[in-house]
Parts: sequence; structure tokens; C-alpha cells
Amino acid sequence: MTILETKVALRINGEAVEVPAGTSIHKACESAGIDTPTLCWAENLTPVNVCRVCVVEVEGSRALVPSCARPAEEGMVVETDSERVRHSRKMVLEFLGSGVNLEQAPELHEWMQRYGAEPERYDQYEMPAVRMGDAPKIQDNLFIRDYDQCVLCYKCVSACGDDAQHSFAIAVSGRGFGARISTEYDTPLPDSACVYCGNCIGVCPTGAIQFKTEFDLRAADDWRPDDQDVTRTICSYCGVGCNLELHTQDEKIIKVTSPSDHSVTNGHLCIKGRFGWQYVQPDEPPLNA
Amino acid sequence: MADLYISEDTADAAEIAAVDAALGGRFVVLHESERLVRAGTAKRHGHRHLLLPALHALQNAKGWISPGGLNHVCEALQVPPAEAYGVATFYEMFRVEEPGHAGDVTHVCVDAACQIAGSAEKIAELKASGGNVHESPCLGQCEKAPAIFVQGVAGPDSVPADSEPLQFHQQGDSSLRLLKRIGVVDATSLDSYREQGGYEAMEAAVAMGAEAVCTAVADSGLSGRGGAAFPTGIKWRAVAAEQGRPKHVVANCDESEPGTFKDRFVMENDPFSLIEALTVAGFATGAENGWIYIRGEYPLATARLENAIAQCREAGLLGGNAAGSGHPFDIELRRGAGAYICGEETALFASLEGFRGEPRSKPPFPTTHGLFQEPTAINNPETLLNALDILLIGAEEYRSRGTERSPGTKLLCLSGQIAKPGVYEVEFGTTLDQVIDLAGGLTGNGELAAILMGGAAGSFVGPDALDMPLTLEDTRERETTLGSGVIMPFTTEIDMVDVLVRISAFFRNESCGQCVPCRVGTVRQNETMVQLQRTGSLTSERLALVDDIAQVMVDASICGLGHTAASAINSAIALGLVPGAARGSGES
Amino acid sequence: MFGAGGGTSSYTEVEETDVILLWGSNAREAHPIYFHHVLKGLDNGATMYAVDPRRTSSAKFADVWLGLNVGTDVAMANALGREIIAAGLENREFIAHSSQGFEAYKAHVEPYTLDYAEQITGVPAEAIREMAHAYATAETAQILWTLGITEHHNGVDNVKSLCNLALLTGHVGRWGSGLVPLRGQNNVQGGGDMGALPNKFPGFQDIGDPEAHAKFEAVYGMEINPNPGIHLTLMFEAMDEGKIKGAYIIGENPADSEADVDHARKLLSGLDILVVQDIFMTRTAELADVVLPSSVGWAECDGTVTSSERRVQRVRAAVPAPGECRHDHDIIGELARRLGVDWGNPTPEELWDELRGLSPLHQGMSWDRLEAEGGLQWPCPTIDHPGSPFLHGWLWEDDLGGRDPSPFSVTEHEGPKEQLTAEFPLRLTTGRALDSYNTGVQSGGFENPIRYGDALDINPVDAAELNIENGERVLVTSPRGSVEMDVRVQPDIPIGLTFTTFHFPDLVDINLITNDEWDRDSGTAEFKAASIRVEKLLGPRSEG
Repeated sequence: MTILETKVALRINGEAVEVPAGTSIHKACESAGIDTPTLCWAENLTPVNVCRVCVVEVEGSRALVPSCARPAEEGMVVETDSERVRHSRKMVLEFLGSGVNLEQAPELHEWMQRYGAEPERYDQYEMPAVRMGDAPKIQDNLFIRDYDQCVLCYKCVSACGDDAQHSFAIAVSGRGFGARISTEYDTPLPDSACVYCGNCIGVCPTGAIQFKTEFDLRAADDWRPDDQDVTRTICSYCGVGCNLELHTQDEKIIKVTSPSDHSVTNGHLCIKGRFGWQYVQPDEPPLNA
Repeated sequence: MADLYISEDTADAAEIAAVDAALGGRFVVLHESERLVRAGTAKRHGHRHLLLPALHALQNAKGWISPGGLNHVCEALQVPPAEAYGVATFYEMFRVEEPGHAGDVTHVCVDAACQIAGSAEKIAELKASGGNVHESPCLGQCEKAPAIFVQGVAGPDSVPADSEPLQFHQQGDSSLRLLKRIGVVDATSLDSYREQGGYEAMEAAVAMGAEAVCTAVADSGLSGRGGAAFPTGIKWRAVAAEQGRPKHVVANCDESEPGTFKDRFVMENDPFSLIEALTVAGFATGAENGWIYIRGEYPLATARLENAIAQCREAGLLGGNAAGSGHPFDIELRRGAGAYICGEETALFASLEGFRGEPRSKPPFPTTHGLFQEPTAINNPETLLNALDILLIGAEEYRSRGTERSPGTKLLCLSGQIAKPGVYEVEFGTTLDQVIDLAGGLTGNGELAAILMGGAAGSFVGPDALDMPLTLEDTRERETTLGSGVIMPFTTEIDMVDVLVRISAFFRNESCGQCVPCRVGTVRQNETMVQLQRTGSLTSERLALVDDIAQVMVDASICGLGHTAASAINSAIALGLVPGAARGSGES
Repeated sequence: MFGAGGGTSSYTEVEETDVILLWGSNAREAHPIYFHHVLKGLDNGATMYAVDPRRTSSAKFADVWLGLNVGTDVAMANALGREIIAAGLENREFIAHSSQGFEAYKAHVEPYTLDYAEQITGVPAEAIREMAHAYATAETAQILWTLGITEHHNGVDNVKSLCNLALLTGHVGRWGSGLVPLRGQNNVQGGGDMGALPNKFPGFQDIGDPEAHAKFEAVYGMEINPNPGIHLTLMFEAMDEGKIKGAYIIGENPADSEADVDHARKLLSGLDILVVQDIFMTRTAELADVVLPSSVGWAECDGTVTSSERRVQRVRAAVPAPGECRHDHDIIGELARRLGVDWGNPTPEELWDELRGLSPLHQGMSWDRLEAEGGLQWPCPTIDHPGSPFLHGWLWEDDLGGRDPSPFSVTEHEGPKEQLTAEFPLRLTTGRALDSYNTGVQSGGFENPIRYGDALDINPVDAAELNIENGERVLVTSPRGSVEMDVRVQPDIPIGLTFTTFHFPDLVDINLITNDEWDRDSGTAEFKAASIRVEKLLGPRSEG
């Protein structure tokens, strides 16, 4: 079990950085204290490098390189803040902002400001085309899907598929700008392969998939992140010992996530751990002595 | 997937029969007895590549892919329905909603060569006579513009123009190397092929050994003819060096670059040459598996290749001891289903494996992680044909044609405003005006305005480029490309803005949608071109936007589609072809 | 197993193993997140054999499903052992060095030929042979099981017969190879760790060991009864015999969960005093003289639980307990005070530190480390010990870590206690569904689209014979009683077998008919094998 670690040395923005072989450029940047935005990368998923927000300039490479997917190599010379890099990040964020509802993605707004994205400059002559106008899909009492907020980062597909759940209830359908996350023939989720593990919610960066509890609180204008706490505990529903993060507001559990860096769950849960907590706070406690 | 959920929709008898024929009994789950079932992850992965043929079978059986039909495929192959649906909706030729009509669908090309040859009128005419018409991107019959492809329902696909006699303007030219058998050989007969020197190259290959074949190809200076011009010898050697895993050679016959039809021309008229060339590639690289991925709109080429494969198998030229090489090698043919992106090599792998044709990040490269993540040499048919010639005449003799840096000959696809459109083989270094002369000169009453080089992913050059020698080095120097060999002249009669709108629409429609720069960039680019068309001009702000969009697509897209999607438009603006979109410092 | 009460392996090991025997476990539904690790293993190229009477959703992921007859696990395991020996695939070096009793084992399994096994298990001999060879020749291999192995009258024999296979092949005590029993509740392992066993102190120290006895008496400051207690099933027998007259039940719902539950309810009702401490007014609580409302362990309390990979992890209070509900340890402390002993008001951390002082397995697991390291796997004897990803590495040490070689066990095929008869011709087995949990007192709290309630799964052939259609209501009768249920006609269940979950006792009181034959060593009842008949209900549907 002892793995001999080989190190590779590279330069990032002129600074010498040394990381274990196999480390992504993204991680190498992180270790050098450089914050690199990314939408489609997550600790617990295989990189798909589709959002292209994390691109960096690598000497000798004609196009920019997705830092999340590309391993650092010995002698690599990386620039993370060059004109080309800043331009690409700005444009990608601008593109997303020009066609998707990003209201519930505060991190994206920060980046857009950082890179000077101006999504409004596309608004001319009944254009641009947008990916908006569909009503949120509310097909059960556990979670909702609002694809107006979807940036097509593929994370939910990976989590539903072979990165975790292997249910494959949703996939990307269509092509190009018309591509959408969908069940087969857009079948309602209760009639699909979905087993309501909610691992798609766990990885969604924009609120396109969210707990019904969160959706309802937002609708009632009562979603208050500043008044929320997160408590880590262990699920009670079997002997596996899944780590839960209980999100509470006003002493009520409002949603449940799992830490993506824990070896038991890798951030993923089943229906019971994700949604089975209502009995802790029934409308009327069954045993209120 | 193993616990996949299948809805209650069931397939009808026609669908079941079509799918089962396509799968040939290759089901994932085997109920050996009431108490013993075999299935498993490995089997499921091993069968996934049958998804595309199964979807073709469904589409052909009913004219659409019904929920019940899809369920049948999904159960047989243990593919989750959502994924299969995702794959089906990726392709132009598949419908997932019941069509409002019965019968065949007539695809009419609306890309540049057909656009200026009156495809709009053709479409109106067909619609008026009650046809089911689908506006299609380039169908690869630009010499027969406006091009038509008929997608059959419960019957074969067809191309009306295929019934016309062969048009080959260079027939009899003794200098031909790659096209020397065209019009001479019987394209349906192995015997005829052998009479015309067929399989002499393979014999030579076996005699000299795999390593020597790689050396000869490397020494010849042959580079890829698909557009990227990567040295073929290096690619083959890299695959040959891989040991211990299954290896593949793939002929990329997904010829979809607008203006390109050279591979179809060869496959239809000299199909055995591709089979032989792929066998040589398999021998040289040590690959046992050959694949032909051909675009779905090429029914005649497909039939000819299938026939050729069957005859070669019969003759022992494919199989356990392929062509007496002592090595097993066989070929499977797969049809695409209407997706330009699948010509990109990694997208082609994904498509062939039964996934959406979305490109993958490189590195790793196909030579180590290609088809099924196994070592793969993927080549354009034209490239492969060159290898036959190299083996027959030797690297030195081969290099006597063309230039030092661009040895050999090149197939060119002439279409647009040209008197004798078609495929031409010329030595590298022939100038642009010589080629245009060879094809009978321009048509129409206008002056030459521009020539589209390399297709939609290429760029426009002006009349000042007519003296340009057609080589890799000269085109690069003049910031244009030979690409897939497209040469499409336009005269001043043509409204170039219309052409640009169409080119930008092509990329908008063909972007796979995976990465943001291309998914959104191609749309925004198209919007600016539409705006230009509506208003007649672009403000400097909008022009800056065009540049910004182009830059991010070039810099940050995953694959070549995004990298080149702005190229033609950029070049047109730079050439001053677009009134009202001239740059401040431009000559116009 | 091999002298310690826990699964041998870490979850992540199954991601890297070569061969998986999934035996009597529907982990896809009962342990979904563990199954994620299995899926990684399959994607990494592992071959999986699923041994289960049903082709469960887990078994559908397997390369080979072997649908054995209910209760024939010992025969299957012994046949695997015999075939491995007959083919010369046993790990002779390992057997010679690390085991004892091999010759007796070999002689004992000799009659379990492949053909004999096919006859008993119903699985084609060739498939058994293939599984034996795959397991024996794999570089690494794991056997995973759950209640399909243990919920039999001979559950302990079943476990032993699987342990024999690991000993025979050396698939234990190494990374990637092991024996993995998955626990049904979040602290079954922890309960055992803490000494909630009739014959053990915390840390699996024998109650009869004088040294341990003295240590615990010194720390507890009182005399401790040196005689082992009895397990749950014997307690019910003792109630029946009038030897137990009072019970204090904490967090258990035997009035729903016991096999032959009608009998259990009568016994509980007949006690002189019944005290129930629970978070719900369960059916058991309804029978109680005194109900002590407690708080929810994982969301309203601080403490620890131990998982199936022996990982001790912290639970924490996220929300306050409602009303007058109190933490279990508060209630127990208060009870002690009323009985005349004042334990003070120790914090969970103080209680934990007391345990660490007494249990060498847990010695190194400080509260701070549990916080910082995301839990620790026992044994963790010192503060600088990293915890133990897998057990029994000593089997591979030159001196066996100073221990005795591990013994083979001799186990005989018996089959289910309750035979199929003309009167009760169908086999009933029970199990879990993905979205529900045990008697449903917790999982009943949330509605969801994948819930279907308890229904009787039956093969289409049997259904046709009984003239029953999918969704139809039937009467299910065993020698102990009858219940009404809906039917699900399922092609994945073999002919002659039926299956149901047990999550909705208010709707289907299934344990009225389950079999209360139980294992003399573990006390676990034979939930997995009853004999039943199924009758079409004529006339109007009655409300269940």
C-alpha cells in the first residue's frame, strides 16, 4: 500500500511549484495559492473539462489547456492570468450569462466581475438565443429541476451515471445549443430510472436541481443562507456509516449533503440519507411527552 | 445498465425484427437457466458499440425511434434508456418523435455549393409536390449540386444522382496515382481489382515486414490528408510500439466537411483499395481490428465497401491469416448518422463506441488511448491510399512527386462556380489557377471574388492567391489551408453575406454542445452574421464582438470544430468581402 | 471471525479487488453507498458472482448470478471448498502456516461434489465450478454478505463455511482480499464494540477473563456479575418460561420486528413491567407500562457510531430534541440516580474517554482525532496509530503475531427448518427495499415516488398457476398465521420462491407468518425461509 510518490516541478506564473506526479494543473495552482474558477470540475467526479472556465496557457500548446483535466508535467510553464486566459474566462462567463439564469449562482457573479464579463452586450435585434423559458419541473415532493438555470456542466449526469450512482436516469440529449439534460423522451422523473438519491443536487453548481424544501423556502422568500448552519453527523439508515451534512435553518433540517472528500461516501448518498430525515421534525412530534 | 429501468412501452414486430437482425444475437444478458444468468459490466461495455447500428435499424424500420423500440434495444444491450435517447437525439438522421407523415425523407443540402446552385428552389419544388423534405448540411455530392439524399423507411436509403454515369474528368491520365483505377476497375469485383494490381501492395508489405512498412511510410513524408497533416509514419510507429492491449486501425470515412467528396468518390469507384490499404495499416501497426466509420448519407459507398469486405473475407484477405500475413485482421463497417463532429477523430471513437459523438480531450492521444481507450491509428481514406502507392513504388520514387515538404499527390474537390466540378488528383505544388483551368475554369458572368479553401473550416482567399502553389507550406504561409482539399470559387455574382450566414449556421447546428466556447460561441457568431444580413453593416463594437467570439473559440474550445468555426468568416472580413464589415485598417 | 467481531476490510478495498462473491446481500438497495464502492470495483474490471435465491437489483450487476435454493448456502460453500481442493487450487503454503484442521475440513467437504451441490442448491454444477476456480485463482478476492447469510437457523454455520473459503485460499488478511459482512444499522458494530453482547465487555473482551473482569470492576467501582447474559431470542424464551418478568427496551421494536410476531407480542404483554425508551410511540412502546421519550441519536445527540468497516465516527446534534425528549445517556444516568447510584453528568466525550481507557481497540481514538481524521478504524491502540484498514494481517506474519493458527470449521448442510409441503408449497423469504428501513418507523416519515409498499413478489409461472395477476390481493398463510397482501409478478424471482419486504407492519403484518426458528449461537431468527401458501382472494378487496 505504500506508494512511492514521484514529484514533478513546473512553473506557474513564474513561480516554481512542485507537486506529486499525476496532480492536475488545477490542483497545482491551488497548492500555489492561485484561485482558479471552475464550474464542471468537482472533487468527487471524473473531470469532463467542458466548461472551459479553468483554462490556462501552457507554453508550447497552441490552444489553452483545461487545468482540471490536464496533469502537471515536469518542466511545464503555465500562465493563469495572461491576456488570453483572462479573455477566454471572460467570454465563457459572458456566454453563460447571456443565455442562462444565474441568479442562484453567486460564485459565478463574483467571477464575472473579476473577469469583466458583459453578458448584456449580446442583447440586440431580438437576440440572443437563450436557454430559458421552461417552467421548473416539479414532479415529486423531494426535488425540483429548473433547467433555465442549467449551464450544462454535466455534473449531474456524471453523478447519476458512472461516477457514482450508476442509475443513468438522466443524460445529455440533443446537440449544440439545443442540448439539454433529460430523461428518455423527457419522461417525468417518477417514471424514469431515478431512485432519488439526490446526488445530482449534491453536485449542481447553479441551483438548477435543488431540494423541494429549498425551492419552497426561496419561493416564500425565506431562504436565508446567513442564518443557516451545517452539522456533520452519520446517517442512521444502515451500517455503512455515511457522513451527512445537515443544513439547518431555524432549528429545522432544510437539506442534506455529504462531504465529497470522505472515503465512505465521496459526497454521495442514497434516498434515505438524503431525504429520510423528516421524521426528526414531523409537523407534530409523535412523542411529545 | 444492470438495474436499468425500462418503461412499459414495447416494440412492435417490425422493430424487434430490425433490431435483432442488426444485433445478430449479441445480447448482453444470457439466461442460461432459471437459476443461472450471465451478464456483467464487461459484457455490457463490450456490447455498447452495437448501439448505433441498432438505432439505425429502428429508424429505418419505422421512420423514427419509438419509446418501445428504444426499450427493446436498451434491454438487449443493457444501455440505460436516458443514455440511448441522448445518443439518438445527437444525430441528424434520427427522429425521436413520430413523424407526421409516412414514407421516405428527402434531405436536400443547403451548404455553400448547393446554396448557390439553387437548393432553396429545389426544396420549394419538392415540398410543393408533397415530399417530406429535410434541409441538410453538406451531403458530400457537391459536384452534383444541389445534392439530394433520400432516407428510406422500411427500405434502403438512396441518392438519386447515383444512377447517373460516372463523371471523371481525368480518366485516362497516366499520371494518376490514387485515382488510376477509377472508371477502369469494376468496383464490385475483387477479381477485377486484382487484375488492376490490387493486393500487390499488401503482398509487398508482407514480404518486407511490418517494421519496414512503417519505415517506408515514414520515409515517404506522407502526412494525413484529413486536414491536420500529421505525419502518418510517426502515427503508425507509435501504435506499432504499443504492446499488450488490443489495437485498432480506423478509416475515418465520415467525410462531412462542406465541399468535400473525394473519399466518397474513391469508396464508390475503387472500394477494394480502401480495404487493402486498411489491411496494410493493420499489418504495419500490429492491429487486429479494422474499422470503417462512414457517414450515414453515403449509401452507395457503404454498399460497395460492405460488398468488398465480404469478398475479401471470402478470399481470405481478411480473417485469421489476413492476406497471408500470418496475422489476424478483420474489418467492421459502421455508419454515422448525420453529425459533422464525428469526423473529429475522438468524437468518431465516441460515436463508434455507442456514445454521443462528443470529442475527448487530447492528450492522451489516439495512438495510446483511441477507440475503446486502446491504441489506435486513425487515418483518412486518401492517406491510406497513399500508403499503397508508397509500397508499390518505394518511398524515393513517391517523393519524386510533389515538393520536398509536401511529397506526393493530392486529391482536390472542385465545386461551386466551376465548369467541370469533381475530384482531381494533382501533384503538390500545382498552382491554384492551374487547378481551376484543369476543371474548365469559372462559370457565371461575374469576376472571381473569392475561393473557399479547405471547406467551412477553411478560409477564403482572393484572386491574388491564384498563383499559390498548392502545398502544405505555401498555404500555411498565406494563412490558408488545403484542409480536406476543397476548392470552391465564388464570383462577384454571389452575395457573400448569404454564404457567411450559412457557414455560421452550419457551425451553430453542428457544434456538439459539449464545451461552452463552441456551444454558445457558434450561436453568437451566427447571430452577428444574421444581424449583418439584416442591417447590411456591422458597427465597430459588433465587429469587436466577432473578434472576441472568434478568439475564445480558437483558444478555449475542446476540438477542431470550435478552433476553426470562425476561420472562414474571419478571412472573409479580412479580405473585405463583406461590405459594411470592413476593418478600419483594411485595404478595402 | 478469526477471533474478532468485525468485517475484515475497508470499503475502498473492493474497488481494487479482482473477484467479488456477493452472497446473500442486496447491497444495491440495503447498503447503497457501499455498493458504490462495488460499482467502482466492477468498472475497474472486477468479476462479480452473485449468490442469492433472487436475481436482486444487486445480482443484476453480476457477471454470473447463481440462484441457489433458500438455505443451501453451506452446501454451496462446501462444494466450492471441495472443488478448490480437488482442482489443487488451495493455497497450501498459507494453509500450512496459518490454519489448523485442514485435513478434517478436506475430509468433511469430500462428499460435497459439484453434482451433489447442484442437486441441493439448484445451481448448475458448471457455474459452481467456475466460481470456485475464479475465487481460488484470483490475486485478490472478497466475499460480501448480509442477512441472506445470517438470518437462518444455522446462520453462524453459514458464516463459518464462508470463512473456510478465505482460509483455504488465503483471501484474508491482505489488502483487497477479505470477508465483509455489512451491518444493517448504523451502530450494530458499535453496539458490539461497546459490549452490548451477552458475553463480552466493551472491546470484545471476554466477560469470563479474570484480568478483564478485574479491570472493569476497578474502573466501574462495583462488582460485576461474572456470568454471561442471554441474547434477545433467549430472552423471549425466558419470558415464555416465566423466568423474565420485566424488560427495559431501548430503541428496538420487537413487537413488529420479531419473527412469529404474534407470539412475541403476547410475551411482552404478559410481563410484570415493560419500560420502553424510544423516539417513537412504536407498537412495542404501546405495550409498555412506562415510556421514556428519547432523542434522535444521529441528529439530536453527540456521540459515536461504528460502521461496517470498523470506522468509529462522530454523530452530532444539529437540531434540539422536541418536548421533553432526552438523550439516551441522560435517561440512563437519571435511572441510575433513582436507583441509588450517581454517575454525575458526563459529557459524551468523557464517556468516550472512559471507554478508551478500558478497550485497547479504541485506546488511540481521541475525540480530537475522530473529529480531524473523519473517523478511525479499530484496532487503534495508541494515539499515533493510524487505525487499521484491514484485519488479520497476522495470518501472514512469520510468527502469526504470537497467535494460534486459525481453525477451519466443520459445517454440515441442513436446509431450512421448515420444509415445503403440499399444504405450504411455496418458499417465502424477506428483505429490504431501497427507500425503506426495517419496520418503517423512521423511513415511514417521508413519501417518495419509488415506494411501493410491501407486496409479495412471485414468479409469473406460479402466478399463472394460482390464477393471480399483477397487483391482485392474496391471502398468504404460513403454519403460524395469515396476512393479506398485494402481488407483484416478477420474472426475476425463481419459480417456487416468493419474496416480500417488511417495512409496513401497519399495512402487512408480515412477521405474523415468518419463521421463528433461530440460530443457537447468534439468536438470529430464520426470517429468510418460511413455507407458505398463496390463495386468491375472492370477493371484494378488504382493506389491509
